[in-house]
Amino acid sequence: MDITVILDYLIRGLSLGSVYAIIALGYTMVYGIAKMLNFAHGDVIMVGGYICFFSMSGLSSHFEEGSVAAMVVPAVAGTLAAMVVCTVLGVTIERLAYKPLRQASSLAVLITAIGVSYFLQNAALLLWSANPKVFTPVVGRGSLQVGPLSISYVTLLTIAVCIVIMIALTTFTSRGKMGKAMRAVSEDKGAAQLMGINVNATISLTFAIGSALAGIAGVLFMSAYPTLTPTTGSMPGIKAFTAAVFGGIGSIPGALLGGLLLGIIEIFAGAYISTQLQNAIVFAVLIVVLVVRPAGLLGKTIREKV
Amino acid sequence: MKKLLAMLMAVAMCFTLLTACGNSSDTPAETGSAPAETGDNTGETPADGTAFKLGGTGPLTGGASIYGLAAQRGAQIAVDEIREAGGDIQFDLRYEDDVHVAETAVNAYNTLKGWGMQISLGSVTSTPGIATSALNYEDRIFALTPSASSPDVIAGKDNVYQMCFSDPNQGLASAQYIYEQGLGESVYIIWKNDDIYSTGIKDQFMAEAEALGLNVVGDSTFTEDTQNDFTVQLTDAQQKGADLIFLPMYYQPASLILTQADQMGYEPKFFGVDGMDGILTMEGFDATLAEGVMLLTPFNADATDEATVAFVTKYQDLYGETPNQFAADAYDCVYALKQALETAGCTPDMSNEELCDALMEVFPTITFTGLTGDGQGITWDSTGAVSKAPKGMVIEGGAYVGMD
Amino acid sequence: MSNVGKRLTGMKRSTRTSMATYGMVILAYIVIQLIRGLRDGGVGPLLEGQLVPICAYVTMALALNLVVGISGELSLGHAGFMSIGAFAGCSMAMGLEAVIPAAPLRLAVAMVFGAAVAAVLGFLIGIPVLRLNGDYLAIVTLAFGEIIKGVVTNIYLGLDSAGLHFSFLTNGNELLDGGKELIKGPVGVMNSERISTFTAGFILVMIALIVIFNLVNSRTGRAIMAARDNRIAAESVGISVTKYKMIAFATSAALAGAAGTLYGCSQVTFVATKFDFNTSILILVFVVLGGLGNMWGSVIAAAALTILPEALRQFQDYRMLVYAIVLILVMLATNNPTLQSFFARLFRRGGDDDDAAPRKGKLSRKEAAR
Repeated sequence: MDITVILDYLIRGLSLGSVYAIIALGYTMVYGIAKMLNFAHGDVIMVGGYICFFSMSGLSSHFEEGSVAAMVVPAVAGTLAAMVVCTVLGVTIERLAYKPLRQASSLAVLITAIGVSYFLQNAALLLWSANPKVFTPVVGRGSLQVGPLSISYVTLLTIAVCIVIMIALTTFTSRGKMGKAMRAVSEDKGAAQLMGINVNATISLTFAIGSALAGIAGVLFMSAYPTLTPTTGSMPGIKAFTAAVFGGIGSIPGALLGGLLLGIIEIFAGAYISTQLQNAIVFAVLIVVLVVRPAGLLGKTIREKV
Repeated sequence: MKKLLAMLMAVAMCFTLLTACGNSSDTPAETGSAPAETGDNTGETPADGTAFKLGGTGPLTGGASIYGLAAQRGAQIAVDEIREAGGDIQFDLRYEDDVHVAETAVNAYNTLKGWGMQISLGSVTSTPGIATSALNYEDRIFALTPSASSPDVIAGKDNVYQMCFSDPNQGLASAQYIYEQGLGESVYIIWKNDDIYSTGIKDQFMAEAEALGLNVVGDSTFTEDTQNDFTVQLTDAQQKGADLIFLPMYYQPASLILTQADQMGYEPKFFGVDGMDGILTMEGFDATLAEGVMLLTPFNADATDEATVAFVTKYQDLYGETPNQFAADAYDCVYALKQALETAGCTPDMSNEELCDALMEVFPTITFTGLTGDGQGITWDSTGAVSKAPKGMVIEGGAYVGMD
Repeated sequence: MSNVGKRLTGMKRSTRTSMATYGMVILAYIVIQLIRGLRDGGVGPLLEGQLVPICAYVTMALALNLVVGISGELSLGHAGFMSIGAFAGCSMAMGLEAVIPAAPLRLAVAMVFGAAVAAVLGFLIGIPVLRLNGDYLAIVTLAFGEIIKGVVTNIYLGLDSAGLHFSFLTNGNELLDGGKELIKGPVGVMNSERISTFTAGFILVMIALIVIFNLVNSRTGRAIMAARDNRIAAESVGISVTKYKMIAFATSAALAGAAGTLYGCSQVTFVATKFDFNTSILILVFVVLGGLGNMWGSVIAAAALTILPEALRQFQDYRMLVYAIVLILVMLATNNPTLQSFFARLFRRGGDDDDAAPRKGKLSRKEAAR
């Protein structure tokens, strides 16, 4: 086997994996604090993609083609717009659909999240039509040449953003009042409330952060795989959820690790085993890992108390 | 008890809706408004009994909705045009959503049957098409499907006809075309594993390539769940030294393949099928990526003949998008049915069985000229398969150019 | 009449619930059969076509409720068992066409076969799955569902006078004249005839109910629920948690397999991708909406939510949007404490059953704790 080819696959795996990782970060964040699987997360990503697409195509005509401003301003403005809209959307969804169910079983919330997911997909279909839109990558289509290998700018950006977000989130949750409040809520809602922590506000804040991450994820995901349709978000959503569990759900570094590994496994399974069974192999590896490490790669095994 | 109450409410809600739905299929006034709403048309709906009730199913929501919506709109434009022009043959069109699932398609079909459908446009996609065509056959409702291209849709059903090429025919024609024109020395195929359309074309292409002695160096596949990253497939093709990649698939994954090949700096020739049509109309697509892509397609939205220009303009005015092949096929279906009904001298008061017998007799004898088929006549044989000229096109400077 | 009433109140609550559920299903069957027999046009073409799928979904919901409600494990891959049952059972039914000409008997044999294959698979999957807990268990069932989908999409099975032909990934089956392809990879199964009937569906639902109620109200069932409520306490009194969870899981898989066969044999065609994650979720929606562990709730929820998207056709383009809104609203209405107490007050003013309400309250508290 040619070593260059293997390295090339590895880079493609990292590229795909970094996209899964950035989506998984949002999943794991919300799960860690609110203890719910937010199945609508993938669809918030889709909305982020559309918002960025329309902002960018709306703005780019105002700038001279080829100028630095034309490359930077629409991309930055588009990303910011996506983040803002996703945050507002995420908080609204949380307020209307999840907050009334704070006392209900986690399954009831799960089903509601699925309802929200259907709602977003169908609303997007009616608003923006089923015709696919082709996204313009925020950093251009080029790639960096390292010897015989080429790494696209999008991949570099995605991995960099992933790491930055991971560090920022870890710092945020380990220091500062809000972060500590979040960890307290995730440990024990009742006790946190008794300590004077506003549990509802903390959960809303978590949704705001998770949804802002979804906005960024949408922009980066669409930059890497630029075909945008109303159902774009659902499959990466499930894969990212898998990645989050793979790494140990609730763990922020776990989401990054799980996402990257999932991407790499997917590419190598296709390259060296079978493209027909690519997905089946990915899930088979997941099962083996979970049987060996029942709480995921970096997850904490909580001992049951009597 | 609270849960019980809520459950009862939900059930009650369902049944109210159900009865409301049942009512709408009984009262002509409401049914009339149904197609008018879906198609956003402004034409007046004829009174009951003066128009043929034409029904079709297609994915109007969900991941495949782009095909269903296009077909619905194309057919609606034809129906409205016929209405504006006046005349004895008028249609009352109703499309129902099947979400690209066979079970839902059967429900959609049964809804249409309850409405009193006399002639059917079958289903837009193949798997639902196989299910509904079996019912068309049992109920003796004549069907002309715009785009359900699997041979299983028409196999063994004497009253189901296709407007599109069947999948094996496309595979056959593509292999012959590549061979005759000497387009590629070593051919590689990327196909979609869980899609009937793609596998149907690929199987026949491989068989024909072997018969012709065309050198197929390899193939690889993807599924609905893995259609983001195509590096593996493209690297494999590159390693095997392919100079032509055959893409039997729709344009959405194809656009990603073109983008990623470009990123890799890999520049083989790409050869597509009719599903590729539409790639240039994707909003935001960089047409230079598709430069030199070849495809066999029956329809070309950039054609300059009067009928195509009129249709494309109308579609763009109404829906703000450029029509694809599905819209054109559905548009042609309505006009082909009109021609056949005129030839057979049918009237809207005939039952579906009578219409079915009349149309089955007439269809193999007519020659129809429409948007698809390159301006030449379209004919059918008695099995329901269509015969029309596929046109080899190449994308140059962001537009289709005939290859011959 | 009063005698009957006394006997009813004298019964154990579990017996009363099961009797009421049987009664409800039988009554629904009789009413529908009467309408079909007496009224011109029957129940209408739409509902007529949906009768068998409704029975299949009801059985699926009951099967999943056994795992999620009674055994307390979240399964996100139950459509996989349905898929296995559908493919195995329907191939069997088509293969036996010449041997057993009587359709009902052939269907019964096919269903038993589909159930058996699914049960074996359920057992094999259960070995790794039941070692896990909570969301990790859920994701592994999801993974198995996806694997089944990916594998079945690539199976080619043919039958001719020389016997069965099997190939994987590519269609290498060369059949003799008169042979037929039972499973054709991505094209799936195309049934030569649809042998499932509403009566068969009704019988399957009844069997599922009998199996589940008898299981739940037996020693085994109590052990399963003990393991659900407190694993450690159950283990400490000598209950083998894995064994009892496995019984529930394999039984559920068998019922899902039979439901799959019923469904498959009612369709002109079906493909492996039909039984995907979304279908698993759909069935979970039936279970949660009907109430965890509540069998008659599952029956009603499955039937109502199968009809609902079709009943919404009058909304046309907005159909699935309205479906999503209805789903969210119903979930909010059934699970929000404020709304719940509002309904409870409304109900009490009406003055009716006062026995079920506190029981219900206990159940939802237990749910909340889980």
